[in-house]
Amino acid sequence: MDNIVIVGAGQGGLQAAISLRQDGFTGRITLIGGEEGLPYQRPPLSKAYLKTGDAGALRLRPASFFAKAGIDLIGGLWVDHIDRNAQTVMAGDRVFPYDHLILATGTRNLRPPIPGLDRALDLRTLQDASRLRAALDRPKRCAVIGGGFIGLEFAAVAAGLGHDVTIAEAAPRLMARAVSPAMSERFHALHRDLGTTLHLNAPVTDVTEDGITLQDGSAIGADVVLLAAGVRPNTHLAKVAGLPVENGIVVDAFLLTNDPAISALGDCAVFPNPNTGQPVRLESVQAATDHARLISRRITGKSRDPYAAVPWFWSDQADAKLQIAGLAAPDDEALAGADGTIWRFAGDRLSAVETVNNAKTHMQARKRLAGVPIDRAALFGTGFDISAV
Amino acid sequence: MVKVTYVAADGTETIVDADEGSTVMQTALDNSVDGIVGECGGAMMCATCHCYVDDAWSDKTGPRQDGEDDMLECAADAVKPSSRLSCQIKLTDALDGLVVHLPQDQV
Ligand SMILES: Cc1cc2nc3c(=O)[nH]c(=O)nc-3n(C[C@H](O)[C@H](O)[C@H](O)COP(=O)(O)OP(=O)(O)OC[C@H]3O[C@@H](n4cnc5c(N)ncnc54)[C@H](O)[C@@H]3O)c2cc1C
Repeated sequence: MDNIVIVGAGQGGLQAAISLRQDGFTGRITLIGGEEGLPYQRPPLSKAYLKTGDAGALRLRPASFFAKAGIDLIGGLWVDHIDRNAQTVMAGDRVFPYDHLILATGTRNLRPPIPGLDRALDLRTLQDASRLRAALDRPKRCAVIGGGFIGLEFAAVAAGLGHDVTIAEAAPRLMARAVSPAMSERFHALHRDLGTTLHLNAPVTDVTEDGITLQDGSAIGADVVLLAAGVRPNTHLAKVAGLPVENGIVVDAFLLTNDPAISALGDCAVFPNPNTGQPVRLESVQAATDHARLISRRITGKSRDPYAAVPWFWSDQADAKLQIAGLAAPDDEALAGADGTIWRFAGDRLSAVETVNNAKTHMQARKRLAGVPIDRAALFGTGFDISAV
Repeated sequence: MVKVTYVAADGTETIVDADEGSTVMQTALDNSVDGIVGECGGAMMCATCHCYVDDAWSDKTGPRQDGEDDMLECAADAVKPSSRLSCQIKLTDALDGLVVHLPQDQV
């Protein structure tokens, strides 16, 4: 294999290029990204960057790295077509041949059909974040559409900077897809204590010059409106190329699409959950980088193991560091421990552990979840001391 | 410029010129020093930038930061008294010549 092309120069695409070199791949690596500039990390965009505005701190590697590692990074170029028969990708009039293609195209902000929504700002890219930061140059009224991680992280920073913040969430609770009801409650209280107004069961029906309108007709005045209502995977390229797409580019346990010359990873990929076999798509640094490492090991022949990494995730909101180890379905049972840790169960199997400001339990959970399934009774028996199971 | 020497688990040394104000982790990543992963980007959310500070330097790098102990507890390789998260070691003039040893595994 001589030629590997990676489409998407974000967290996962870059990691794939790095891992391929570390694993000894000596052929050509072409890393193509639509965004201008060097690959950067997104997590600080809704956290530290909003406060500091330090874009330099976001870049994952300096320009010199790419020359040294022999990675052809092409920024500011959008790939618009894959020709699977010829094994080439095309970007305008440029053609890149590949022996193996890695799709790492990530997601884009979901833009629901709400009238006036073009007035709302996004928070996905560095460009979005810098626009948002500029809009917060003096005390403003901010309305956030969506009470998920990104909306809440933004809200915490904005409230901390002295802005007046309102959150409108369509679901009955915050972060409903990702955490237990008890954890939603805890963060609801946290934001309320920061002085933020929260509306649940409150789909936004209109964005106007004066702010937003909720389904019940109430109008909320706002100078800045942030849209943080989730994302859509970038699957267009794959779909047009005839690859199976279902809420993401469908891959198997080896992160291969149904074309053996094409892999997909990270936010844009739907892969079988190692525990349940059910298709799942995760939006996390962990998934993007662990996927990338597996693809690299597979290509270089270092390992033939299927993907089995334990998911983990974090979110910083004010002084609360939320960490999640494992992966729970929304209706997995939740038991609260004395220290505030939430233990999630799929039947009798421990599926996830949610902690706040408790890195120790989080790290222990990550370690133990990588081993044999942890049974509810066993955990009970230790008084919920996961290190003792 | 601050000189930093990374000693890999197999004994290979890599000497790099680091920018003052950068960290031991970021400098390793910037200079393709394998053996530091730095998954979370320095947010103290993982333990994949684990290093052992050389005995001659441990006084100058100072004690672990708040929270480092908890993360280190689950580092992939053995944790020793000299273990640090390299994202938490900021490079200053005083650390010119710093030597750190890298573990076999980070993930
Ligand atoms: C504000 C914010 C905060 C976050 N906070 C956290 C957090 O705290 N913890 C956490 O684990 N995760 C967090 N995430 C999620 C994390 O950043 C993503 O899961 C991760 O970046 C996914 O990596 P990826 O490589 O799949 O996609 P991305 O990093 O999004 O990269 C995809 C890249 O592909 C490019 N691309 C798409 N189509 C094309 C094309 N046709 N041609 C060329 N290039 C193309 C895009 O421009 C993009 O740059 C956050 C995300 C955001 C936006």
